[in-house]
Amino acid sequence: MIHDQYTEKLSFPVRSMTKLTETIWSMVIECPSVAEQAVPGQFVHLLPEGDFTLRRPISICEIDRQEGALRLVFEVRGKGTAVLAALKPGDTVNMLAPLGHGFTLLSRESRVILVGGGIGTPPMLPLAKHYGENAVMISGFRSEQQVILQADFAETGTETILCTDDGSAGVKGLVTVPLAAAISTKKPDLICACGPMPMLRGVAALAKQNGIPCEVSLEERMGCGIGACLVCACQTVDRNGDTQFLHVCKNGPVFNAEEVVW
Amino acid sequence: MADLHVKIGDLTLKNPIIPASGVFGYGREYEKYYPLSLLGGIATKGTTGAKRTGNISPRIAETPCGMLNSVGLQNPGIDAFIANELPHLLSCDTVILANIAGATAEECAEVAKKLDSTDVHMIELNISCPNVKQGGAAFGTSCTAAAQVTKAVREATKKPLCVKLSPNVTSITEIAKAVVDAGADAVSLINTLLGMRIDLRTRRPVLHNNMGGLSGAAVFPVAVRMVWQVANAVSVPVIGMGGVMNGEDAAELMMAGASAVEVGTAIVQDPFAPLRIIDGLNQWLDDNGVANAADLTGTVKPW
Repeated sequence: MIHDQYTEKLSFPVRSMTKLTETIWSMVIECPSVAEQAVPGQFVHLLPEGDFTLRRPISICEIDRQEGALRLVFEVRGKGTAVLAALKPGDTVNMLAPLGHGFTLLSRESRVILVGGGIGTPPMLPLAKHYGENAVMISGFRSEQQVILQADFAETGTETILCTDDGSAGVKGLVTVPLAAAISTKKPDLICACGPMPMLRGVAALAKQNGIPCEVSLEERMGCGIGACLVCACQTVDRNGDTQFLHVCKNGPVFNAEEVVW
Repeated sequence: MADLHVKIGDLTLKNPIIPASGVFGYGREYEKYYPLSLLGGIATKGTTGAKRTGNISPRIAETPCGMLNSVGLQNPGIDAFIANELPHLLSCDTVILANIAGATAEECAEVAKKLDSTDVHMIELNISCPNVKQGGAAFGTSCTAAAQVTKAVREATKKPLCVKLSPNVTSITEIAKAVVDAGADAVSLINTLLGMRIDLRTRRPVLHNNMGGLSGAAVFPVAVRMVWQVANAVSVPVIGMGGVMNGEDAAELMMAGASAVEVGTAIVQDPFAPLRIIDGLNQWLDDNGVANAADLTGTVKPW
């Protein structure tokens, strides 16, 4: 049978599942071959068991090559992600990974500002680990109930700044306020961001005003995850000023902010 | 091991399984996973006269046992396809069905004419794309227009011509007869069923194009019915598709009358789906003592 001969292993054991907030879960998957190849900013494509047609793209939160594992932190948004959250240690999950284009990794000594909004915060953790104390991590959440991963970021040695919309934790307000302050304190070599579009728009605008390279990780409804079906289209502009649709799964999820049509 | 070879007219395929147009691009993303020579054929991404950028996102949404999509024929145009993609595809030792589309019959004919001087094995004329404003489904829903565009393409090329039919019609057999009378060597069906979903919270359609094409397991019974009807109405080979998710589905569509089977949504879910389906079909044939896959076509015993 040809399938057995060519199929990559897509079934991986779940090592742990932890509830972080009312809607957000942390899952560790045992996948040495995937962990070996994965880089910060890439994603995995999970197929929940049941009558689901599409996979769920989820960003990688931690890459542990020693343990041969990936950690994913994801939000339950519907039936599919609820099925994923119900997985128990020892269960297997159908995963296509690692996929997509990650963040540019500068030398560890570079000064980098990381910005994460809500469920866009997890993919920043591998970057915080890479840059350690040379990075500043600015996270934004709606309120205290949604705050995640602050201890994980603190452990990397990265300076952490927490914002909430309602001021119930950290400073009240948008991430762009501490971002502007951090830029004026010491101009960074790169800004990396992931979060809701309005936040990314604000971050990209600040980066542009200050002449700082900026990379953003985008989200779009996705199909195959490998660049063939062309559904996860993101409007971009090339050097000649021509707009075109690139694809979040293959050309991204990380894009140069200058490329994106905001 | 059954003999999986099948024929579509004079073309011989090493097995009946063909990734459907749209889900497989021009094959490059998939050859990282397995050799394309394992496939019966490849129906390439729908290609038009000029480059098309496609529709604004969201272009996809999950539905019960299926999905809606509205890509809008994003493609680099026929010249780029012939220059950059086709030579490589033709070196992959599988049958290449170049799927083409256009806003007018003239555009379709012009695209076909350009392919006529290549070594492509078959042209699959898409008269049924639900996601573009001009052409597309407009051709596929009227016998006159379907015959007219088929005739224009027929006159532009000597290549074997398969016409891909829309299920969004009152009588698919009438359309099938019209395109066969106009010179089609084969027909393929079904394209997606026009559908729509609305996000209750935002009151916005889930697709930016408002409507899109429904595919996946949910549409399989419609595909079986239409393949059966068309196979009984025309004398040319039928390529069946629509929600085939496993080898048994492929066997069922062949029993209904398909000579070969295209696979779409299953590949969006699992890049290895075509291999799994080839194996599953092979297993079914062995388990049921069928020595040749080709013998399965049209063997349904209707009540």
